[in-house]
Amino acid sequence: MALLEIENLQTHFRTPDGIVRAVDGVSFQVEAGETLAVVGESGCGKSVTAMSVLRLIPEPPGKIAGSIRFNGRELLGLSEREMRDIRGNEISMIFQEPMTSLNPVLTVGWQIGETLRLHQGLDKRAAEARAIEMLQLVGIPEPARRVREYPHQLSGGMRQRVMIAIALACNPKLLIADEPTTALDVTIQAQILDLMRDLKRRVGAAIVLITHDLGVVAEVAERVVVMYAGRKVEEAPVGPLFRNPRHPYTQGLLGSVPKLGSSLTGTATRLSEIPGLVPSLKQRIEGCVFASRCAHATDLCRKVAPALEAKAPGHLAACHYAPRESRGAAAMVAA
Amino acid sequence: MNAPVSDANRPLLEVSGLKKHFPLRGGFLGGVTGYVYAVDGVSFHINRGETLSLVGESGCGKSTVGKAILKLFDITDGQVVLDGRRIDNLPAGALRPMRRRVQVVFQDPFSSLNPRMRVRDILAEPIRNFGLARSRAELEERIAALMDKVRLPRDAVNRWPHEFSGGQRQRIGIARALAAEPELIICDEAVSALDVSVKAQIINLLQDLQQELGLALLFISHDLAIVEHMTHRVAVMYLGKIVEVAPKRQLFAAPRHPYTEALLSAVPVPMPGAQRERIILKGDVPSPINPPKGCRFHTRCPYAFDRCRAEEPPLRQTEAGHWAACHLHDLPAEQNPLAGAKGAAVLAV
Repeated sequence: MALLEIENLQTHFRTPDGIVRAVDGVSFQVEAGETLAVVGESGCGKSVTAMSVLRLIPEPPGKIAGSIRFNGRELLGLSEREMRDIRGNEISMIFQEPMTSLNPVLTVGWQIGETLRLHQGLDKRAAEARAIEMLQLVGIPEPARRVREYPHQLSGGMRQRVMIAIALACNPKLLIADEPTTALDVTIQAQILDLMRDLKRRVGAAIVLITHDLGVVAEVAERVVVMYAGRKVEEAPVGPLFRNPRHPYTQGLLGSVPKLGSSLTGTATRLSEIPGLVPSLKQRIEGCVFASRCAHATDLCRKVAPALEAKAPGHLAACHYAPRESRGAAAMVAA
Repeated sequence: MNAPVSDANRPLLEVSGLKKHFPLRGGFLGGVTGYVYAVDGVSFHINRGETLSLVGESGCGKSTVGKAILKLFDITDGQVVLDGRRIDNLPAGALRPMRRRVQVVFQDPFSSLNPRMRVRDILAEPIRNFGLARSRAELEERIAALMDKVRLPRDAVNRWPHEFSGGQRQRIGIARALAAEPELIICDEAVSALDVSVKAQIINLLQDLQQELGLALLFISHDLAIVEHMTHRVAVMYLGKIVEVAPKRQLFAAPRHPYTEALLSAVPVPMPGAQRERIILKGDVPSPINPPKGCRFHTRCPYAFDRCRAEEPPLRQTEAGHWAACHLHDLPAEQNPLAGAKGAAVLAV
């Protein structure tokens, strides 16, 4: 049994213009202790998937259907009180904006201690002592002084470290990180990614990393789920995904990113573009979600949605024409 | 137009000793209590048709340099020379024809277009302002040509900015900059807010336009992989100073400043299992209100020694066209840790 099993997740929002199918039938699993990246561009449903796991979607206008099992327990049927026992305790989350996700009028020590007081019944003093330990763990210098400080006294990188300390305070089994380094500078991003890798070794929590940055995925993840327009289009271990992407969208995405060092090999070429725009999620899409932008699309693609098939061991792709054997993949890319 | 005769060998833009200090006000009477040393002595040039990239992390002053060239505020010290003519001290009237020659594309395509103007009016404004069309028909012709250049449908001129996606709006922003027929366009994080696949479209468009029109670009960005793809030369900024300037390949293959070396090693690359040595800088960028004495990078530099804390290194040439501000280059080569720095070359295998 996997730690987290998501099956046919559908998160829809009712809006005045109709129903927005933000997540439309997504399934994947997260094993204990593994790092899974969910990648895609804005509006592909990656953040909504994460919010759905923690049931942070306001209902209404949102509506979550399908199944989300954590440790074998169905989360979608739980009461709000039962959910609260899980949030921040067994599953916790790091958000993108360290500026807005901390409470500006409470000390960071209080905010780290909050989950400990609520979930583990620690008293004020014990919670603060543990908060200092946590600050030390995430590499904040002078933790005994910093624990009494307010978020505005810390830099962006430090605030993100505090967010990580809050998330890890109760030793969760699953950590969901939604674009944890997107708002940070390159050198600070390197610090935070290094910290996450180090903590993962020490704490052993599984991580679901939500990001649009393929560089971050390559550096941190073990397995990758690629989302497009509310659906999962490809899933594979990180090596095969980058070496041998099967879905035309993943191929396009990888081709559109300039690579550091490209000017030195003399292989610098024009970036490949994915023509057109992401389709509106307000209409139900018949057929393949990527058909409108795919160079290989045929009538079949426009009529029949391709099923997710194993194209190689552990490598799923939702494409009628993605070859099953790795030998054929080169021909597909060349075509 | 009696424009001065252009000397083809002279750089299009020369910036020397540029400083911009923003006063900090506070206290009982709201007096000046200090300064933010946003840009503190920056010099560089851009040739015709060339792309120079300014890279650095937030707060390093790269956007302030762009705004100073555009004269969006008065500068504290230094000179900005466009095509042999000093423009930083010109009065508004004399500056106007110079403004036509330098245009800008901003980062956020959602806030840089007036939501109450149709695309036609957004594009017509610079054409009218600079008197570039003699008749209504010519104006329409120019607007249509601009839409073609940025690959938007001609009939989209009647629509409003909110009807377009982020990438399309950035195309409108580029068309507006082109409307004035500039020689230099300042792109201030012009692709940073866009999604990956749209980013590639806009990068390709900018490169095509540069080739077609011979434009010079000042490309301000924090994304080193995109900079490498786009640029001819790179200037790296840290805390209001340029610490290294070099042609692209030299800078990416053999960085000559420890900050550049660390930046290159910190960029996550989309190659799982890429073998490279990572230099993780400690701490945060110090405040530009109270920058460190000596070399501004010494508080985070893995190689700092006593001299760095006391004496500020000047920007000096290390090889042809390659300038760096670092005391390490005074050491014998076998003691200089940067002598063997490989930068992104370790990835290029």
